[in-house]
Amino acid sequence: MQITDETIDYVGILAKLELSEEEKEQAKKDMTNMLEYVGKLNELDTDGVEPMSHTFSVHNVFREDVVVNGDDRENMLKNAPEQKDGAYKVPKTFD
Amino acid sequence: MSKVYETVIGLEVHVELATKTKIFCGCSTAFGGAPNTHTCPVCTGMPGSLPVLNKEVVNKAIAVGLATNCTITQNCKFDRKNYFYPDNPQNYQISQLYYPICRDGKVEICVDGKKKFVGIHEIHMEEDAGKLIHDPYTDSSLVDFNRSGVPLIEIVSEPDMRSAEEVIAYLDKLRTTIQYLGASDCKLNEGSMRADVNLSIREVGATEFGTRTEMKNLNSFKAIARAIENERERQIDLLEAGQEVVQETRRWDDTKEYSYAMRSKEDAQDYRYFPDPDLVPIIISDAWLEEIRNNQPEFREEKMTRYQEEFGLPEYDAEILTGTKKLADIFEETVALGANPKKVSNWLMVETMRLLKEKEMDADDIQFSAANLAKLIQLADSQAINSSVAKEVFEVIFEKDIDPDQYVEEKGLKTVNDEGELRATVEKVIAENPQSVEDYRNGKEKAIGFLVGQTMKAMKGKANPGMVNQILKELL
Amino acid sequence: MDFSLTAVELGKKIKNKEISVVEATKAYLDSLEEKEKDIKAFVTIDREGALKRAEEVQALIDEGKLTGPLAGVPVGIKDNMCVDGMLTTCSSKILSNFKPTFTATAVQKLEEAGAVIIGKTNMDEFAMGSTSETSYYGATKNPWDLDRVPGGSSGGSAAAVAAEEVPYALGSDTGGSIRQPAGFCGVTGIKPTYGRVSRYGLIAYGSSLDQIGPLAKDVTDCATILEIICGKDEKDSTSVKESGDDFTAALVDDVKGMKIGIPKDYFGAGLDPEVKEGVMAAAKVLEEKGAIVEEFDLSLVEYAIPAYYIIASAEASSNLERFDGVKYGYRTEEFSDLHNMYKKTRSEGFGPEVKRRIMLGSFVLSSGYFDAYYMKALRTKALIKQAFDKAFEKYDVILGPVAPTTALKIGESLSDPIKMYLGDVYTVSVNLAGLPGICLPCGTDSKGLPIGLQLLGKHFDEKSIIRAAYAYEQTRSYERPAFATGKEA
Repeated sequence: MQITDETIDYVGILAKLELSEEEKEQAKKDMTNMLEYVGKLNELDTDGVEPMSHTFSVHNVFREDVVVNGDDRENMLKNAPEQKDGAYKVPKTFD
Repeated sequence: MSKVYETVIGLEVHVELATKTKIFCGCSTAFGGAPNTHTCPVCTGMPGSLPVLNKEVVNKAIAVGLATNCTITQNCKFDRKNYFYPDNPQNYQISQLYYPICRDGKVEICVDGKKKFVGIHEIHMEEDAGKLIHDPYTDSSLVDFNRSGVPLIEIVSEPDMRSAEEVIAYLDKLRTTIQYLGASDCKLNEGSMRADVNLSIREVGATEFGTRTEMKNLNSFKAIARAIENERERQIDLLEAGQEVVQETRRWDDTKEYSYAMRSKEDAQDYRYFPDPDLVPIIISDAWLEEIRNNQPEFREEKMTRYQEEFGLPEYDAEILTGTKKLADIFEETVALGANPKKVSNWLMVETMRLLKEKEMDADDIQFSAANLAKLIQLADSQAINSSVAKEVFEVIFEKDIDPDQYVEEKGLKTVNDEGELRATVEKVIAENPQSVEDYRNGKEKAIGFLVGQTMKAMKGKANPGMVNQILKELL
Repeated sequence: MDFSLTAVELGKKIKNKEISVVEATKAYLDSLEEKEKDIKAFVTIDREGALKRAEEVQALIDEGKLTGPLAGVPVGIKDNMCVDGMLTTCSSKILSNFKPTFTATAVQKLEEAGAVIIGKTNMDEFAMGSTSETSYYGATKNPWDLDRVPGGSSGGSAAAVAAEEVPYALGSDTGGSIRQPAGFCGVTGIKPTYGRVSRYGLIAYGSSLDQIGPLAKDVTDCATILEIICGKDEKDSTSVKESGDDFTAALVDDVKGMKIGIPKDYFGAGLDPEVKEGVMAAAKVLEEKGAIVEEFDLSLVEYAIPAYYIIASAEASSNLERFDGVKYGYRTEEFSDLHNMYKKTRSEGFGPEVKRRIMLGSFVLSSGYFDAYYMKALRTKALIKQAFDKAFEKYDVILGPVAPTTALKIGESLSDPIKMYLGDVYTVSVNLAGLPGICLPCGTDSKGLPIGLQLLGKHFDEKSIIRAAYAYEQTRSYERPAFATGKEA
């Protein structure tokens, strides 16, 4: 399939990536090539094959409902690009 | 002739589950707390952190599913819902799309004496987001992840409701059911229960659904009712004007009684769901289901019946008392302490309701204990205090949950039953009120009421009214 | 200081008090700082921390509290594993200032066994690549030929071991990222069965494929390291407790009767004849030692790469969403609003290969394409696993090359992504099927570059591949690159 400018813009919104015109052209080419290549899978008949997420049959892994973490705020905030009053500061999210 | 429209409503109800810890980490879910003091690498989306599922979340979700007649998905999974927002630390929410834990349920509601079923499409488990606080000083937003990772279930109904009244009845049904399970406190005003309303209209008799909108930010039953009415009218106006309803999410502003579209060009609404590879499937055995089924509590309908049969309460009392789990619990505990059921019911239905209304409180906010209510009833029964004193004492119990025995003792509120003392006071009152005595003797029966009142007043309300009456009549 | 020692050999000398932990650590640090001018295997070198830690470890050894085989031995950790307080970048600009607040479980287990962390090794950015050239901090060089790549993505770990900058290192393997660089650098590396080692603290690329494993000079070291880092971790739901984790018990020079299968499909077009020759010679050696070696058709080999890139890119697109300039890492300097901040931060913070995979991954998960690509890939994955299961009904071990060629020239593969991806043909299916694999050197080609031999085993049967690898290793001696021997003077 041929990837269009609109698709690249749309995927850019989903992935939160802003590409330059040059990068967009490259991305279009790369993605078109890649999708053509992975289209090889269509040769395979996978009807009735259950999609496999994990290769082993592990299930029911649980935690007990017990509080084990205390206040580790200072540690958590150490890496914050910007913080204020014990919170992570971001551009405003309200209109 | 103008067309007649029907409103079609489905709800998405989010309920915070009452677990001690978050869904995927061992952080506390306690409400309040300074920003980010209940956080860890998992619920702040630190690189390298991984989720591990809290078993209690599954137990509670199953319990709600069974109580709402759902089929439990015995092999269920978590999926990632991808979208960027600062309150969502990983920029994906762990939720369930493909194999939600419960499906195909229904609950019965009753509006104006008419019963109907509302279908439940599915219930799924997911994690809550953090909280964004606007900082006016810097005109930015501050992110607090204390709520991030608090377990939620989302209950998605079928579009089976046709009026605000049905919506309220459905929500009330869910709320009492979930409260009875102890799965959540379901407080709309605190956000532990949140309802999004999907609403469309169509001409009566039409078989196809109209285009629906989703309304968010509804924080009370009243707001829900107002928003439904408003949105119904907005959609009718659009159609009547020859315009189309746009499928969109709208935000309700209850102070302005108005909603607006939450549109953004950066908001593609394409969540790219896929199975979360960090979590393994949940396989719910028949034995596990059976265990939860056996531990289900007595629900409202069963309680109502039992209250009438076992305690001889009128249906009306039974209905009010079971309206919230809190009231029902206090009722049952007080009765278990030996109090007369009808008397307990009266205290809860009359004085408690009056005080709740006066103080604008919910039954869930009740602080007093069954033990102190039982003691108060005992005091009144034994005539140790008279009824007006009892009401006075109850107000203090309601307020501060004091021990009425101790309180009555300390404040000297016991009814005076000492005949000598009563007789002396009555004699004094007769001597001080010759006119009333005269009136009574001249046949004005009512005058005795005044004399009783004067006696009670002289005894600071603690006199045994029956005895006062008797002594007065004797002396006059 | 004899840098040719293996980790276990150095551990013995430390235990016997022939050398102190501080002496060994200091010797490695001094030598490494010199070698790094050419190799660039490290993003971060923690000289001060390592020396302080060396003293502590020595004290614990002296008190008899640390008695394990690797107590006091220095180690390099791939820069996608969290170490509390130590810069952890994933070789990306977006994490250029990130210091984790906790340590990855596998690393913590090494620390509990007395490891001294020297620093963090370079890699392809977010482990996306097979050459270690996509690192924001520059390419790592192959100690066998400084004009060539060390492979990737664990190229820093492999080069550091080959250059004898550290006796051993940890790497991670999502589509061959331990085995292929081990092959290119002439060292040994194990990609354990999925679930054998905790992923907690490993910064995720493809969560259903990622595994941490050892890189070292020989099979004995790798088995010893794996024995320490493996095990069920309550912090990782996908880690498991399985028996057969006494890996050092498999260090036995005996392959008599072992059934070894050679997939014919691994020896077709695209395979360098010298690599083929080297691998087939190794198979012959094993046969001579009593193994039953035969060829068979594995099938589906050509579908592994497409399936792998769909699954890995899809998972990566989601895993890397958290890098947004809000909680940690790089944030763009100027922005107009929230979404502009997200976009600029991510566009400036990620390199081209990472962006390429995020775009692909976001696309294949997007509405309308999910079934055609992602679900199709998961179905293909199921078929590939079935093909291996079938093969393992007949064979104990599958033998083949680790890569179609020996180490490539720097810059040679970057221009054409698909060509680079094709180099992963022998490694990715192992991750899709969740199997264990080991890569060890089996000689050199005419350019003097190491050839990697790959052995694959059944789920949780690392012991069979360790035994086969160990038996083969006994027939040859460890070859050191001239770079390492030359620096000794």
